[in-house]
Amino acid sequence: MSEDYRSMWADLGLDLAAHDALLGVLGQAYQDIYLAQKNRPEGMGYFDFVMSEVHGLRIKELLDEKASGRKIIGSYCVFVPEEIVLAANAILVGLCSGADFATEDVEKLLPRNTCALIKSSFGFKIGKVCPYLESADMIVGENTCDGKKKAYESLNELVENLYVMDLPQVKSENGKTLLKSEYQRFKAAVEKLTGVSITAQSLKEAIRTVNAKRAAIHRLSSLRKADPAPISGLDALLANQVFFYDNPARFTESVNKICDELEKRIEDKKGVFPENTPRILVSGCPQAVPNWKLPMIVETAGAVIVGEESCVGERGTRNLTDDSGETVDDMLDAIVDRYFQVDCAIFTPNPERLNHIQEMVAAYKADGVIHYGLQFCQPYLMEAIPVEKALEEKSIPCLRIETDYGMEDVGQLKTRVEAFVEQLR
Amino acid sequence: MRFAGIDIGSRTIELVVVDEAGQIKVSIQADTGFDPITEAKKIMDGVGFDRIMATGYGRNLFEIAFDAPTVTEIKAHARGARTFFPDTRTVLDIGGQDSKTISLFENGKVKKFEMNDRCAAGTGKFLEIMAKTLGYDIEEFGREALLAESDLSISSMCTVFAESEVTSLIAKGNSRREIARGLHASVIRRAAGMINRVSSDGDIVFTGGVAQNPCMAAFLAEKLGRKVLIPEKPQFVGALGAAMLAADMN
Repeated sequence: MSEDYRSMWADLGLDLAAHDALLGVLGQAYQDIYLAQKNRPEGMGYFDFVMSEVHGLRIKELLDEKASGRKIIGSYCVFVPEEIVLAANAILVGLCSGADFATEDVEKLLPRNTCALIKSSFGFKIGKVCPYLESADMIVGENTCDGKKKAYESLNELVENLYVMDLPQVKSENGKTLLKSEYQRFKAAVEKLTGVSITAQSLKEAIRTVNAKRAAIHRLSSLRKADPAPISGLDALLANQVFFYDNPARFTESVNKICDELEKRIEDKKGVFPENTPRILVSGCPQAVPNWKLPMIVETAGAVIVGEESCVGERGTRNLTDDSGETVDDMLDAIVDRYFQVDCAIFTPNPERLNHIQEMVAAYKADGVIHYGLQFCQPYLMEAIPVEKALEEKSIPCLRIETDYGMEDVGQLKTRVEAFVEQLR
Repeated sequence: MRFAGIDIGSRTIELVVVDEAGQIKVSIQADTGFDPITEAKKIMDGVGFDRIMATGYGRNLFEIAFDAPTVTEIKAHARGARTFFPDTRTVLDIGGQDSKTISLFENGKVKKFEMNDRCAAGTGKFLEIMAKTLGYDIEEFGREALLAESDLSISSMCTVFAESEVTSLIAKGNSRREIARGLHASVIRRAAGMINRVSSDGDIVFTGGVAQNPCMAAFLAEKLGRKVLIPEKPQFVGALGAAMLAADMN
């Protein structure tokens, strides 16, 4: 990394020594987990570059945009509509929450039995190691699970620009009305932040930009239906993770380029793993960068991941927003319609998620499902049991995993995953 | 040809060699110590076989050191249990630091399994430490528990908490046998829960070192109302399963 970045990081108020340590660990993990894979598509070179510059060039780009007057909004959840952010000429970035950091300090503010994702978001703030968070003009929290909504009360003491969005918990007309009024309130807040009024034209353009990004991911997902799988689950997960950070147009172009290459591979019957490799669908909690623990274990145990039923995956990216509306209000309704379909486990009841898991098993020809639950994540851990039961009734093998970001259970998980893969053969 | 299976567990290593008819020719056990590969070399010294398959938590180390195929403990125990009892549909294995339950399809394929979480609760290590706290040898622990006249409830499953609970029960003047019985009952409750999650009826084949404890088998049968079958030398079942799977590769 160049000296340029060091002064940039210092200006952002990062703790340089801690940040160096983080980048060291991240770089090593990327080397061991990603670059060690065989038969990767050439197009992944783009994502290797993005990851090598994730705290460097991308931050510089964001700061350049900032200098030209654009605002940066950070978010922790797929319910924050990027369409509204872009339409007001701001930029939306996902905030870091995929690794343990400054855990001892975090546990002064949060109970120990808080999920790793929430602890991580605090760790990156307290440890002063997330340049995205420090660049953000507005940080959006959202009332999803109890853990997150109470944690934002404490996060509010650590940051000056937290905006909390309320969310429905029931898919009812009342719930939808709440979502709409919250998106209207968010729109007003974003317009106030940027000083830009959202117009029908800017909103339509924003919808198209985000839809294009989603469509590229849909195309990538669809190519994963092939056997042999043309891309590893690790690499596809990475694309889904970078979805939250990258310049949308460039991301769309890069994913489409990989898809062109994958189509060629499928035509040539070339894959990352041999034909008939056991195929696994991962379902459950989001896997944020650099949380690659489970896919690494799965794909070194002789199986391939063919889909992620996850916020960082198809739960987050499926369904486009209808762009046919002519007024801001029409399009806002379309945005509400689109996001209201997200089948997060905070909703009760949540039968859509179980249906989606079964649809994905069929579409991606998965041999089994691994339900990925973060320890102390009540909504997903609770749903895991009925999900497993429903899948087993249909003779779809399911393995429930409950873990965190620590590495001490890797041996145990490896045994369980390997045994599950043996079961699928 | 002769086929070997080696089970490198957290506490002990077992080596089994079978002939083409599946007859056990060699079975040796040693402590794992802190260098499993050196111990594995020692145990294999002078033992003849044509192919070896490794299982247990040390299987990946063995794979790197000896370029041998590996199999998980789950599949190995399932195969081993079937060697003794061909109709096995449910297996309970309690080893040194882990426990697992497995249900099998009629053809012997693994249908579903459960494993204990990260800690040693409900495993051989738990019983070993509790026996020591009560001043019993591990061999007499189960026998003595069976002689107790009534049960005593032990609520802690955590080895550390259970130890202090036992200490306070001793201080209150409770009989050693009753405390021992209560400790066995608590391990059985946990094992029964794991069994019920994978299978609801039929005989249970009990494997792993802890199956040698007579109290465990008796309590388990009583608790679940199901027959509990114990192979001869249950601690060798994982290694035997690996040896049989090595033979199956032919």
